[in-house]
Amino acid sequence: MPAILMKQISKAFDRLKALDHVDFEVDAGEVHCLLGENGAGKSTLMNILYGLYHADAGEIYIHGKAVHIANPKIAQQYHIGMVHQHFMLIESMTVLQNIILGNEAGRFAIDYAENRSRIDELERLYHFDFDLDKPISVLSVGEKQRVEIFKALYRGADIVILDEPTAVLTPQEVDVLFRILDDMRKQGKTIIFITHKLHETMVLSDRVTVLRNGKIIGSLRTEEVTPKILATMMVGYAIDFDIVKSTFKPGKPVLELRQLKVLAASHATISLQVRQGEIYGIAGVDGNGQQELEGILAGTAKPLSGRIIFNGEDITAMPAAKRKAKGIALIPSDRLQNAILPGMPIIDNYLLGFQHNSMFSHFGILRFNVLKKHADNMVNQYSIKISALEQPISQLSGGNQQKIVFSREAGLNPLLLVAVQPVRGLDIGAIDAIHRQLLQLRDRGKAILLISTELSEIMEMSDTIGVLYKGELIAQRKAGEVTIEQLGLFMAGERPE
Amino acid sequence: MTRNRKYLEDVGFSLVAILLSFLLVAVIMLILGYNPIEAYKALFEGAFGSSYSLSLTLSKSVPLIFVGLAVGFALQGGLFNIGGEGQIYIGGFVAAITGLLLSHTIPAFITLPVAVLSGMAGGFLWGGTIGLIKAKLNINEVIVAIMMNYIAQLMTSYFVNGPFIAAKSMTPQTEILPLNLQLPKIIPNTQLTTSLYIALIMCVLYGFVMKRTVFGFEVKAMGNNLHSAATGGIYVARNTVLIMALSGALAAMAGIFEVFGTYGRFIDGFSSGIGFTGIAIAFIGQSTPIGIILASLLFGSLQAGAMQMSMMAGISANINNVIQGLVIVFIATPNIIRFAFGKRRS
Amino acid sequence: MATMMFVVNMLTMTFRLAVPIALASIGVSISERAGIINLGIEGIMLLGALGGAVGSYVFSNAWMGILLALITGIAIGVLYAFFVLKFEANQSVIGIGLNIIASGLTVVIVKFIWKKEGISGIVTQMSTYSVPFLRNIPVIGAFFTDQSPFILLTLLIALACSYGMWRTKIGLRLQAIGENPLAAATAGIPVARYRTGAIVVGSSLAALGGAYLSIVHSNLFVSNMVAGRGFIAIAANILGGWNPMGSLLASLLFAFAQALRFQFSAVHFPDQISQIIPYVITLLVLVGVGRKTRAPAKLGVLE
Repeated sequence: MPAILMKQISKAFDRLKALDHVDFEVDAGEVHCLLGENGAGKSTLMNILYGLYHADAGEIYIHGKAVHIANPKIAQQYHIGMVHQHFMLIESMTVLQNIILGNEAGRFAIDYAENRSRIDELERLYHFDFDLDKPISVLSVGEKQRVEIFKALYRGADIVILDEPTAVLTPQEVDVLFRILDDMRKQGKTIIFITHKLHETMVLSDRVTVLRNGKIIGSLRTEEVTPKILATMMVGYAIDFDIVKSTFKPGKPVLELRQLKVLAASHATISLQVRQGEIYGIAGVDGNGQQELEGILAGTAKPLSGRIIFNGEDITAMPAAKRKAKGIALIPSDRLQNAILPGMPIIDNYLLGFQHNSMFSHFGILRFNVLKKHADNMVNQYSIKISALEQPISQLSGGNQQKIVFSREAGLNPLLLVAVQPVRGLDIGAIDAIHRQLLQLRDRGKAILLISTELSEIMEMSDTIGVLYKGELIAQRKAGEVTIEQLGLFMAGERPE
Repeated sequence: MTRNRKYLEDVGFSLVAILLSFLLVAVIMLILGYNPIEAYKALFEGAFGSSYSLSLTLSKSVPLIFVGLAVGFALQGGLFNIGGEGQIYIGGFVAAITGLLLSHTIPAFITLPVAVLSGMAGGFLWGGTIGLIKAKLNINEVIVAIMMNYIAQLMTSYFVNGPFIAAKSMTPQTEILPLNLQLPKIIPNTQLTTSLYIALIMCVLYGFVMKRTVFGFEVKAMGNNLHSAATGGIYVARNTVLIMALSGALAAMAGIFEVFGTYGRFIDGFSSGIGFTGIAIAFIGQSTPIGIILASLLFGSLQAGAMQMSMMAGISANINNVIQGLVIVFIATPNIIRFAFGKRRS
Repeated sequence: MATMMFVVNMLTMTFRLAVPIALASIGVSISERAGIINLGIEGIMLLGALGGAVGSYVFSNAWMGILLALITGIAIGVLYAFFVLKFEANQSVIGIGLNIIASGLTVVIVKFIWKKEGISGIVTQMSTYSVPFLRNIPVIGAFFTDQSPFILLTLLIALACSYGMWRTKIGLRLQAIGENPLAAATAGIPVARYRTGAIVVGSSLAALGGAYLSIVHSNLFVSNMVAGRGFIAIAANILGGWNPMGSLLASLLFAFAQALRFQFSAVHFPDQISQIIPYVITLLVLVGVGRKTRAPAKLGVLE
């Protein structure tokens, strides 16, 4: 009898079918990978199992018993726990408070002593060692994730769902995670592991189920498959993993960062140089100063010290508006928050950042005809699917929104493009398109600074690779002269000899 | 959804919100034992029954247009200017005093614009202060604005009760402005003055700025997504101050033209809530110039007809505030209107 | 001795003036901890004041006024929760609407009952109490003579809410909801239910504060008698750090500013200027502490 059986599950958001008659089965005690692209419906399916979403149709059986999971509390009663991709932790509260939240010992007032002793016991069983009185906000990403896993165990979970748990970890932290999962398997726990990474699936799982566009493509024993087969199941067609890059012909320096201090907590700095026709990739685990560096390069934040030189000119104090005019384009990491005006028409989104450009306005009066022509051009050139330029951009898919942002930033002939997580959350087709366009820009002699936490993206795209750790560029290597393992060590803070 | 359909839906929301509010107030009247039909009939007659009442409706609408524009402009920039009331008092008072002081020495055709501009400058500073506190300290602008409303009202009240009170006057008010400083009446023996034309000109100007200029685009971008706006090179902090300041100047115009048009002098407490009504107007009018004009007419007629309603139906004229407040509540709750029509949004 | 009496007078007056602000402010801290903004506090206080006056008038018993005010507060709280949680209304805007409704509706109802515009008839006022023996102590005896039980009640409410917020499960969960509602939901906490509770408690406390104005502090309802205390209560909550005890202390500060006003009027200082003092102080305090405070992370955000 399977530990979990989900039968004919369907779920739609508005008119969008997220899940279409999905059957999903997990045996007790196995590690089961749920594999699929972004937007395939993996998280939706698991959120239904965890009671956060409600299916429009279908049935759920836990150990053969039909159940109705109305909310997470009920999921917990069936011993299901979930570790979300975005951690469900209260940053300002302590580890202790986070662990017990919702399951506090004590009748009315909280009996902290009792809670602590329960936690101690469980910590020993699973070899965890937390400082319970630290606030979450000071923990590393790996530690936070371990708190999340522990939370699930503390709530008595026998079935633990992990949603893309490795996305935020260094390779070394991934090893730690896998050891913990191994411990859990030995204790008889069932693990559902959501991922889009083939390598992990092969290493970790006993069984794998592939989802595509809300439909089940197949469920197989891991030993029966190869990464190639899984990849084809995942995208629906055989894909070419290799992007062909032309030879690297760097020109003169465009951007130079001189001892840029981005994090208040450390004395470390960033120094680097990006040349024409070069993609400089900055690798690193999220939270090591990427966000601060992004703001500083955009001109919305100031560095604590150090200088930014662009084409020989010191632009450290230059505001965002002027940087755009100088030819510095930016693809922000958080598209919805920093790149688009969701409620406004596509055409207005093409204007953002260039409203003072003499092409689009004279003496403060907008020139809509020119703007319209330009936007039309871009939409055609980048083959973006829209129904009208007047359509609010929020109605487009993430991939098309990102293409609009890309074409806006790259379309007016910039000298430098700063791309931060340019493919985050996109499906493979859109990722491929953006990557090819980045390479085209490079081949046209533009300087590109690529900041990404996806090691594979950095390895694939960059000519030069730097590693960011706690606000410091601790290593720089030419592409091809460094292995993924070495990068992983740098990302964990190990300095090169 | 295309832009046009969105526009129609917005208009639909406003109409439904108005209708719901009138219905609900009718229910309240029934519960309290008043006759809503009689009340609304008296209200309508008081607002549109004669050429006098019609001009009263129009004259009551004029300050509402200014405040509606003020609130609407701030809303488009993602800011909430609930300080209109204070800006009205400051604007009206500064303009009145400037006018009175200069009228003896300088010709009227110079004094009038100088007085109007100084009143607007007062509103500009009063509103800009709210923007400055918001931009620098990120304190909820609503609480700051409310405090500044009380301060403005009490301060002007102090001045017209003491230092600037008209000679031999029992009521707290300034001296009357010389006739050549008062705006001409459009219809004699009514309160309707040429300030109506100024209000309409401001509407056109407002529409132009919002639709056709870089500044208007930047304001809308800020209202839509502050972070993207900042990344897109818009000076968010500076514009926050500027938007609130300009909004304050617009609201001040309501006070200035009440003083130079309707009353001919500054009277203590003359606004009695115009600044708050402006919020309802901006919301109903969806911050568009046409919408603001129509909504101002609606509330202008409510105010014009309120006395008649109060006399005929015996209910307090304050029932107007209930209608206004309900409109704001319903417009702030689009889902309830969708729900009423069986359309649920994701 | 005269200065001692002056100090004692100022203090007792401060306590009396602090009650309505403190009650409302404690309520604000509770609902904002759950992530809910309520700018309609001013209006709820006003409706509570009217409820108190009506109850006291109809039953000739001030405690019945308190009861009616509480019922009013609970009813508005439930309605507010319904609009804000079920229909996801814009919290700031709907609060402003509520204030405008309250300013109109109270006058309409006053006219309906008392046939007067903007002012009610005299209603039964809550009697004051003196503590035997303690009242006879020189100087500090004044604290125990002819005082309203509300001062003690407010202190007890502040203590109880403070205990509830920092020591109990309910408090921990409320805080979690205001910081990260999704995380709270995934921890199995019924977020909507907790929020409804917080809103209703906050609204009831505000209504109670309003009733204090009409039937404890005075004996009639006057239109707009709350006069910005609702907003001052919100400011007090910020100054107090979203903390019931902090709210109480901050309210005492603002009440002291109000008490100053009465001292000034005794020396023929212009009334309008002394009336401005509490608003100016509120503004200055807000500006002064603005940067240093940290609101719940998801204040005004449902998810």
